[in-house]
Amino acid sequence: MNLESMYQDIILDHYRNPHGRGLREPFEAEVHHVNPTCGDEVTLRVHLDGDTIADVSYEGMGCSISQASVSAMYDLVIGRTVQQALDTGEHFRTLMSAKGDPTVAEKLEDELEDAIAFAGVSKYPARIKCALMSWMALKDASIRAGGTTP
Amino acid sequence: MTQTVARSGAEAGSPARPSLPLDVDAIRADFPILARTVRDGKRLVYLDSGATSQKPRQVLDAERWFYENVNAAPHRGAHQLAEEATEAYEAARATIAGFLGARSDEVVFTRNSTEAINLVAYAMSNAATAKEPAFRRYAVGQGDEIVVTEMEHHANLVPWQQLCERTGATLRWLGITDDGRLDLSDLATVVNERTKLVTVTQQSNILGTINPLGEIIARAHEVGALVMVDGAQSVPHQPVDVTELGADFLVFSGHKMLGPTGVGVLWGRYDVLDALPPFLTGGSMIEVVRMEGSTFAAPPQRFEAGVPMSAQVIGLAAAVEYLQGLGMDRVEEHERVLTGYALDRLGEIPGVTVIGPPDTVARGGAISFTVDGVHPHDVGQVLDDLGVAVRVGHHCAWPVVRRFGVPATTRATFYVHTGLDDVDALVDGIRHAQRFFGVAPSAVHGGRP
Repeated sequence: MNLESMYQDIILDHYRNPHGRGLREPFEAEVHHVNPTCGDEVTLRVHLDGDTIADVSYEGMGCSISQASVSAMYDLVIGRTVQQALDTGEHFRTLMSAKGDPTVAEKLEDELEDAIAFAGVSKYPARIKCALMSWMALKDASIRAGGTTP
Repeated sequence: MTQTVARSGAEAGSPARPSLPLDVDAIRADFPILARTVRDGKRLVYLDSGATSQKPRQVLDAERWFYENVNAAPHRGAHQLAEEATEAYEAARATIAGFLGARSDEVVFTRNSTEAINLVAYAMSNAATAKEPAFRRYAVGQGDEIVVTEMEHHANLVPWQQLCERTGATLRWLGITDDGRLDLSDLATVVNERTKLVTVTQQSNILGTINPLGEIIARAHEVGALVMVDGAQSVPHQPVDVTELGADFLVFSGHKMLGPTGVGVLWGRYDVLDALPPFLTGGSMIEVVRMEGSTFAAPPQRFEAGVPMSAQVIGLAAAVEYLQGLGMDRVEEHERVLTGYALDRLGEIPGVTVIGPPDTVARGGAISFTVDGVHPHDVGQVLDDLGVAVRVGHHCAWPVVRRFGVPATTRATFYVHTGLDDVDALVDGIRHAQRFFGVAPSAVHGGRP
């Protein structure tokens, strides 16, 4: 059934018990991203230690997909360099444009860990932007924090 | 995966199943799209007519008839097709004018309500720099005020914010009460001698509220302001007669009233239209063109630049005839009964909160609601999986959802083909969503099925 393929248990777990939620200090950049078609919002802060992402903290409101996505992203990027995090973001974007093609997900399994559970979302064009919002916010905040050149 | 969606309308304590004024089965047979299935063979339960309505075969046939038989640019050319196309186009205008109780020359075709509103907003700012003094009558500038309401669709808010930014006028608005009504307690101060135009929706696209236009129009006219009524959600669903209405402008979209996309209407009182400069300029809207400058045609042609959307206008007239065949009084009553039934059935579900008037008094069929513990997008996704099409989000009325302190809502809207079975499917789908996300207050299944 399609519904279960999108709402994997991993996604629902992240939604109910989000990792890293809340706004914390210190931080070098804070961004606010909205999804203007539906009103979902996320405020996201990045704290860098040199080139490494020391913390990502966030507050937001939105659907299960958008909220689970930011939680899964938190797990994936803490302790990585900004460049690694942005590369992972690109992999996630590739997954979101896979239109449900399982071979794309198989290739990205190692890089995306829990976030591979979002593969089913790529079958629903209207929900892809929900899953991508947090990654866009992270990219924006990392650039503003001076972690990479735009 | 064993979840079956049972008809629960016959449960003890459920509201009685009312009888509907319209023959839903016969009407559904007119709508080809309702015969298709969605999401692996599910019946399409279309509860998103408020976003755009489905089209009966009669409308599709009218567009096809135009293209296959008389297609030509109206008001141009001396050949037979051009004559017949012009005749069909103007006959359609007369049909639509008749539907509104209006004069034909007061009906301007636009792309949709949004463009009709922008037409007036831009005409009013163009008035300040119009060469002809007669076109300056409705100019706005510093010290003038435009009044909107907090209940407006973005289409009837953003153009006025922009008009004020262009001209230095001030935007003011009437607020919303907790029960989803316009707060008219400060009507007399918000609408005052500085007010140039008051614009208000007749039916809220998100709350369903039907607004007391008489009181607002009387106050606006008392201070010499123009009144625009956004009829995008009212003209398709209730009888609207511009003579009884008493406003200066009425706008609506064809695609929300069984008609094609790409055609909408600006109705304006003739003397007001006649005093407005054009918005879009070019072919067909001119009187005389010289290299040094041009003069403009009388309304409605002054506001219809370029080759018009003829086939869509003919389609809209067919939609109007279809609605007239059903009778707008009966369409209104049909939706009132459906709305009452839906409000009762939604009221049975713990955790569901309707945003907007709780009963059918001065209320149309747009029903917005929240489900505790399940985000509207997720409600919509579960409903979609069951074949039920609703709208989720802020419904282009972001200030309204903000006013009620929710990020978004789920919205069901009804029309002539909507039956009690559609409402039952909605109710069952909401309960299914509650079970799926593990928030059903008395969940037998406990979490996901």
